[in-house]
Parts: sequence; structure tokens; C-alpha cells
Amino acid sequence: MNSPHPNKQTFTKESLKKQFRLSEFLAEKVISSVAFLSIAVIFLIFIFVFKESLPLFGFNDKAKANTEIQTTTGAAIETYGSETSTADSEPETYGAPAESLEPETYGSPTEDLNPVVEETAAAEPETYGTVTEDLNPDSASEDVVAIDEKVTGNKEGADKTWSTFFSTEWVPVSDNPRFGLIALFIGTLKVTIIAMLIAGPLAILAAVYTSCFASNRRKEIIKPIIEMLAAFPSVVIGFFAMMVLATFFQDIFGYDSRLNAFIGGVAMALAAIPIIYTISEDALSSVPKTYTEASLALGASKAQTAFSVILPAATPGIFAALLLGVGRVFGETMIALMATGNAALLSANPFESVRTFAATIGSEMAETVFGETHYSVLFFIGSLLFIFSFILNAVAEFYVKGRLIKKFQGK
Amino acid sequence: MRDIKIQVNDLSLYYGEKKALKEISMQIPANKVTALIGPSGCGKSTFLRCINRMNDLIPSVKITGELLVEGIDIYDKNVDVVNIRKKIGMVFQKSNPFPKSIYENIAYGPRINGIKDKTQLDEIVETSLRQAAIWDELKDRLGDSALGLSGGQQQRLCIARTLAVSPDIILMDEPASALDPISTSKIEELVHELKEQYTIIIVTHNMQQAARTSDHTAFFYMGELIEMGKTNTIFTKPEKKQTEDYITGRFG
Repeated sequence: MNSPHPNKQTFTKESLKKQFRLSEFLAEKVISSVAFLSIAVIFLIFIFVFKESLPLFGFNDKAKANTEIQTTTGAAIETYGSETSTADSEPETYGAPAESLEPETYGSPTEDLNPVVEETAAAEPETYGTVTEDLNPDSASEDVVAIDEKVTGNKEGADKTWSTFFSTEWVPVSDNPRFGLIALFIGTLKVTIIAMLIAGPLAILAAVYTSCFASNRRKEIIKPIIEMLAAFPSVVIGFFAMMVLATFFQDIFGYDSRLNAFIGGVAMALAAIPIIYTISEDALSSVPKTYTEASLALGASKAQTAFSVILPAATPGIFAALLLGVGRVFGETMIALMATGNAALLSANPFESVRTFAATIGSEMAETVFGETHYSVLFFIGSLLFIFSFILNAVAEFYVKGRLIKKFQGK
Repeated sequence: MRDIKIQVNDLSLYYGEKKALKEISMQIPANKVTALIGPSGCGKSTFLRCINRMNDLIPSVKITGELLVEGIDIYDKNVDVVNIRKKIGMVFQKSNPFPKSIYENIAYGPRINGIKDKTQLDEIVETSLRQAAIWDELKDRLGDSALGLSGGQQQRLCIARTLAVSPDIILMDEPASALDPISTSKIEELVHELKEQYTIIIVTHNMQQAARTSDHTAFFYMGELIEMGKTNTIFTKPEKKQTEDYITGRFG
């Protein structure tokens, strides 16, 4: 009988001696190294992306000094983003000479700027005259420092090197390139908000239906179908939005640009719904059945139980689901490329074309010169996306943990 | 047995094919405590859950027979299950306060019944907690999470929550089985006080508890009602052999 337990002996010091189990040790090490490897890969990707945008930072100090001298003379020259540290060390100064405060002279480079501008290879005729009007009121309100293009209250007043980032226009390829991240950011935000306004309620209500109201049979049918939406390649959703939804909604609302933030939002909602739905559904279903019973036994109807007991109890999970949905929409590239119109316009109108961060990278990365400022800026946008989704996930994680502890274990 | 609150006629319950309750017929008197005893799996909890139709939540359950509460068959098609449960409250074996504050736990029931007035809610909360003999312990921490209470306090909170919707009948499914002796005795005292105003049906595994708290006792075995009568009689001179065996601890 002792064959399955060869070590079964009397209770002696010998039998209790520490043993080295090689296979277990190896398995443990392999598993943990795989886990750490994945973390390392994520960090390496981020470091690579960030490294490529580093030239933007490398020139920072010098540029700051530069611009401070310039401001005293009244000429706020935005120097920015360059490679003093790298091989082709040619400081690039762009944007905003002092004259740009006057409406008509925007973008015309001053003499001292001319020699250093180095974008001739990709030079394009400038056709962006209209934007000067946008800039004017903002800059006029500024004091002696005269930072034009400060659209929003940009705190780092000293950091003028970056101020093209806060300009309203995205003109990366030009004699006088401007990398107005604001327009892209607002565009991304607009699409994200529209998508979440559509996807959030739909997905959560669908989740409430399947977890609180539907019979088991219906749940078994509905859940996989909605989740199947996640299997749709985003290019298919983008194509559908571009060909079908755009026309459909144009007929209804009658707006001018066929592809716009709204269409992009609708299409991205299609991509976000399965994520939000699945996670909210899990959160709702994992609310203990005892709560449901308690509520029903008090004479609450199904709807009252669902909305005043189950939904509040599942809030942390639903919150996490929404954040993941935001992350999905924020980083979605193909749908943005296909359905949003890709024009970096700054406006609050949801029916204007927009361009998102991700779509900008997707459409321009292949056409930039390696190591050039435009290239660095695109990588900087990549880092921004990375940081954003990192923050989003962190918030989701910590918020959920904090709330769960507070809600389910008491104070 | 005068003042019959609940009249059960040939009630049978099926879980799919399995017959879990077999032609139960009994009468439950008003403003008394009726204990349901029997070994695990004998159907006493199932029977209890029939009384406020909690078994409706299980899709495979089928029920035949009649269950008349004050002469009205609660399984009639025209009876609204939500209204039944407002009149027939239930306290569960495991205390299950909502993940809300103590105040909100109590106020939930009145709120879903449409009471919005703050002073009225305050009043209900206080009276319910007083009735459940837990007001003095909790009055200073009504805003705290109910999940931070001890098990016994949670269970009494659940009783208070049930009282807040002013039911006629209170069903208790082994309300003290997970509690320590002190909390148990508090719950038992509470049951004793509450029977003035409510009809209470209590399922218990604890023979002493049944003997201490109840006026009538029903013994279930294998889905059948074996015997029902005054608690004194059941515990001293049971008519059936099975009842005697169970009560004296020979099986179950």
C-alpha cells in the first residue's frame, strides 16, 4: 500500500528534511519569467516609442533660454523640437514669429528664421490663411510674454518650445510646420465622447437586460451574439460606417461633411459595445444573488431591484468597463481613419470632420522623414496614447479596488 | 387553531421531475410563531419560500395545490407577486444587507413603496430599528456601511429591513444558524416580541430553538409534512414515531 507514497515514513527529522524539487522549481521560474517578460516587453515598447520622440525634449533647455531672450525684445520665436544632441544637429525653429500677432503675417518667416528652417524637402504651399483669425484673439489677450497660440490656459508659460503643440492647427509638412495637438486632441475627445455616449448606455442597458431580466435561454443567445461584435475587424466596421452609416445619417441630419466625428463615434461605439457589454454583464452577474433575493422579498419589482440594488452594487465593474471602452475608442485607428474624415479642424460641432491621435499616426507615419521633427512628434503622440491608456487602466484598477473594498467590506 | 392566517391545501412542488414537496396541507395561525423542523433536504425551506413565492425565481419549479393567505390563493393568476412579497417579508439564513449604509438598507423598502418624505423615512428607520432591538447600538452610525456590522447585527438589521415595509407575515429561514449564542438569543427574544404584531414562520435546525420560540411546530421529512401541532405536544408527546425519533436525536 505504500507504493504511491514512497516517502511515507515515520515522523522523523529525516522525513521532514527540506527537499529540492527541480521540476517545480523550473516550472515556477519559467512561469514567472514569462510574466515578467510581458511586463518588460510593454516597458520596452513604451521606451522605444518615447525614445523616438526624445528629440522634442532634448532641445528643450536651449530653446527655453533662446525664447526667453527673444521675449525681452518682443519677438517670441518658438524654437522647438530638434536634434542638437543627435547626428544631424540642426536646430529647428518654427512657428510663430512675433509678427504672427498681426493677422495677415502669420506664417511668414522672418529673416533670422529663414536659415534654420529645414523642411524644404517636404515643403508645401501654405494654404492655411484662415487660421490666423482664430489665433488672434487669444494672443492679443496675452501680456508682454506674447505667447501666441496659447489656446488653453497652458501652465508651462516658460516652456515656449512646445507652444506649437497648443496651436489650433496641425500642419506638419510646410515651410512653417505647426504641430497643433489641440486640434487632434479635441478631435479625439469629440469622437470618444460621442462613441461613449452611444455605446455606454446601450451596452449597460443590454447588460442589465441579460443579467437581470432575460431568461437563461435568451441570455445564452444574446450574450454570444453581442460578444461576436468584438470579433469584427475594425476595418470592416470602418467600411460599414463609411459606406452605409455615413449616407444613412447624412440623409437624416443633412450635414455637410459626409464623414465626420459623429459617424466616427457611431462606428467606434460598435467597436466599444462588446467590451463594455461583456465586462458590465460579468459585473452585474457577479452581484450576489442574496441581494436580489433580499430586494425581491421586500416587495421590490424586478426593475426596482435591477436599478436600485444590482446596478449600484456593480458600479465598480461597470466603471471599469466604461474606462476600457474609452481606451478602445481612444486608440482605435482604422475606424478613425475611415470614418472621421481626417481633417484636423478645431470646432465643437459634432458633424465636422475630425482627426484623432491614432489616425494621425496611422496616416502620416509612413510618409515622414526618419528622425525629423514630424517623425518625433508622431512618436510623441504615440507616447501620449500610451500614457493615456496607462492612466485609464490604472484609474480603473485603483478605483475599482478602492470602491470594492469600501462597498463590499464596509468601512 | 382559531384565527387561521395561512391555509395550505395539497401543495406539491416539483424541481423539474423531482417532487420536493408532497401534498402538504396545513394551517398556520395568526400572530403566533410556527416552527418548521426537520432534517436537511426535507423541504422545509422550500415550503417556506413557497409562502412568498420566492421559488418563482427558479425557472424549473412547478407548483400545484393551493396556498391561501387570509383566504386568497397567492398562486392565483391574478395575484401580483410583488404585492404578496410586500405583505410577506422574509429573513434569510445568511444575513444579506445591501452594500449600502445602514440607513439606506432600512429606507430601501419604504422608498420602493413610494415614500419620499425624509422625516417619514427617518421615522420608519427609527421604529424599525427599535422594533428589531438594534436602535441603541446603531443610532450613531446610521451612515456607516451595513457590511461593517457583526453577523448578529447584520441579521437584526435584515429583520428591521423586513419590518420597515410593515408586512403581515414574516418568514425566517434559519435566521440564527450562522450566529453565536448571544446573537441567537437576541434574535429569539426578538421573535418573541414580534409575534404580537406579526405572524412568524421560522425554519430551524435547532430543536431547542424551536421549543423555545415557537407556539406550533411542524415536522417535515422527505418532502412530507409528518406532523404538526402545539410545540408542547410535539416535543413531549409526538403522535408519530418518526417525529419522536427526530426530536430525541435518533436520526436527522
